[in-house]
Amino acid sequence: MTRLYLPQDAAALALGADQVLHVLQSEAARRGLTLEIIRTGTRGAVWLEPLLEVETPSGRIGYGPVQPADVAALLDAGLLNGADHALCIGSPEAHPWFAGQTRLTFARCGLIDPLSVEAYREHGGYDGLARALELGPVGTIDEVKRSGLRGRGGAGFPTGIKWNTVMLAQADRKYVVCNADEGDSGTFADRILMEGDPLCLVEGMTIAGVAVGATYGYIYIRSEYPHAIRTMNGAIDAARRAGLLGADILGSGCAFDLEVRVGAGAYICGEETSLLDSLEGKRGEVRAKPPLPAIEGLFGRPTAVNNVISLASVPWIMAHGGQAYADFGTGRSLGTLAVQLGGNVTRGGLIEVPFGITIRELVEDWGQGTRTERPFRAVQIGGPLGAYFPAALLDTPMDYEAFARAGGLLGHGGVVVFDDSVNLAVQARFAFEFCAIESCGKCTPCRIGAVRGMEVVDRITAGIDTEKNFALLDDLCELMTDASLCAMGGLTPVPVVSALKHFPDDFDRVALPLAAE
Amino acid sequence: LYGSGAPAGDTREGLRVTQLMASIVADLPRAADREVWDPVRGAEIIGAQAHRDGAALPILHDLQAAFGYVPKASEAMIAEALNLSRAEVHGVVSFYHDFHSELPGRRVLKICRAEACQSVGGVAIAERLLARLGVQWGETTPDGSLTIEPTFCLGLCACAPAALLDETPLARIDDAGLAQLVQQAAQA
Repeated sequence: MTRLYLPQDAAALALGADQVLHVLQSEAARRGLTLEIIRTGTRGAVWLEPLLEVETPSGRIGYGPVQPADVAALLDAGLLNGADHALCIGSPEAHPWFAGQTRLTFARCGLIDPLSVEAYREHGGYDGLARALELGPVGTIDEVKRSGLRGRGGAGFPTGIKWNTVMLAQADRKYVVCNADEGDSGTFADRILMEGDPLCLVEGMTIAGVAVGATYGYIYIRSEYPHAIRTMNGAIDAARRAGLLGADILGSGCAFDLEVRVGAGAYICGEETSLLDSLEGKRGEVRAKPPLPAIEGLFGRPTAVNNVISLASVPWIMAHGGQAYADFGTGRSLGTLAVQLGGNVTRGGLIEVPFGITIRELVEDWGQGTRTERPFRAVQIGGPLGAYFPAALLDTPMDYEAFARAGGLLGHGGVVVFDDSVNLAVQARFAFEFCAIESCGKCTPCRIGAVRGMEVVDRITAGIDTEKNFALLDDLCELMTDASLCAMGGLTPVPVVSALKHFPDDFDRVALPLAAE
Repeated sequence: LYGSGAPAGDTREGLRVTQLMASIVADLPRAADREVWDPVRGAEIIGAQAHRDGAALPILHDLQAAFGYVPKASEAMIAEALNLSRAEVHGVVSFYHDFHSELPGRRVLKICRAEACQSVGGVAIAERLLARLGVQWGETTPDGSLTIEPTFCLGLCACAPAALLDETPLARIDDAGLAQLVQQAAQA
């Protein structure tokens, strides 16, 4: 019997993975072949999906992108023996697109059946939790501090310090909340992890629970991710059955359990306090801080709110030591970053690399330029609130501080490529429009500012009183930045200001000399 | 070329993509069966979740899964069960884009309007579809088969432009594929 691996990640499904499966099954029946087909997550090379892999004596051999019509010819060519074919990429690990990566958090993604506890443990799963139970809360938090791990949701706050605050807070009940409301456009790392290695998130949250003294956790997943929701629920059930969630985890006497809650299509619920209100069953409106959620969070209790990738990085850190993680990266951005390369790019997907890689390496080496084969013009990094960078800034390294200096933000690591047909005045208007649609409405700078911003850009592009309106736009951006209650209103000017600064021609604005940094 | 939606100079890929959407659309699962609003059934759904902490969203999701929308009449029942005012419940229902206050089409097509999809012509593809169907964002085709909604990111940014038909993800959508989808949706 030959063993095959075929992803069922949402992107692979959207690219026809199930249709490939159906043809594979009917061809196998017709030819009298017995196949074992294991459905995995994706390795992240979306451009190669569906990536069909066959197990051979010399390891796995990959074929992609496979379409249903290719299956018969692949079988004829000797797919089951790993024979050569135009779609054959050889051993995926040896393929340059994967070989150049540093897979720590995503080491198992695309390799294993996401719901198999046995496969997870065979690949190093639960080594991290075992070590955390051995070290106890203080030792675990010290290890996370040593790793230099910063929140991967966008704000970049040190995870160990946040956990320490929750650990020290006194309360009858504490919570761990996973922010899986991956609303930033251009990002999909959380989705890929939850669909490909959900037990890694379960383990990470359990370690967080042990560290901060919480016995219950929630994973708040956006409703746009039906596949991630199903896989996460399946993984929680499997972990519970294996005694990895519940009253006595790994025989330690520690209790931890968790559940999935589903969002309802509100971008703002990715903001942590708004997410907490939504979990409490309210409108997802932002709370004023302080109090910090670490002191007074979900249902008024101390709560560790962390992004999916932050939590999923912890099992590796605990298993291999904080220092081993901190050995990757640069400056104060340590460890690896899950870059999500998308938009108008030839080879898009998830790329896990140490911090410090340049935008150019991502766009040109991994991405191989634009999908339309037209000249590159701009890249937006960090979601809808991130800056647009021109070709001149492509050598900026991916690290929190370098991005802040360049007037941008890393955010959740999304990189969206545009060719020369993009009009940055249109993109600037869209930034305001998006904010107007998704603002929670609690503070005036965001609620009203976004609408006014749209109107001002419209007047500028229509050529009405342009100088007066440019001044108004600058003033409005400054006001939203300084006076908004949360990052949504506060960062909406980032894409706008970067578009004005780097692409003035699109606004018919005379290029201003770049201000000294 | 901005917005034409056709990757230039790669007809082979274009051809494969059209066949791809066709094969996925031909395989669509049946549209979900919906119940007609019934207060007794509504009370049962609300009662099953009311004991949970922060029960409002789970209840609203379950009501919408059963009836296709959140009937106005259910708001007072939720308020009663969760010890909230009707205004508070209505505030929650109306805050979230997902909850329909009226029955949508048999299927809901969410088309991504965000940046990665914009970069490969998603906006123009969506606008041409709306124009062809003679509907606006959020509206339903006259035969009641399909509601078209905007969404901002489906996490399919490396295979954009993307859409989600009920729970079926679609990548590299194009005019021909969508036309086929509309036809298929009208039949079943």
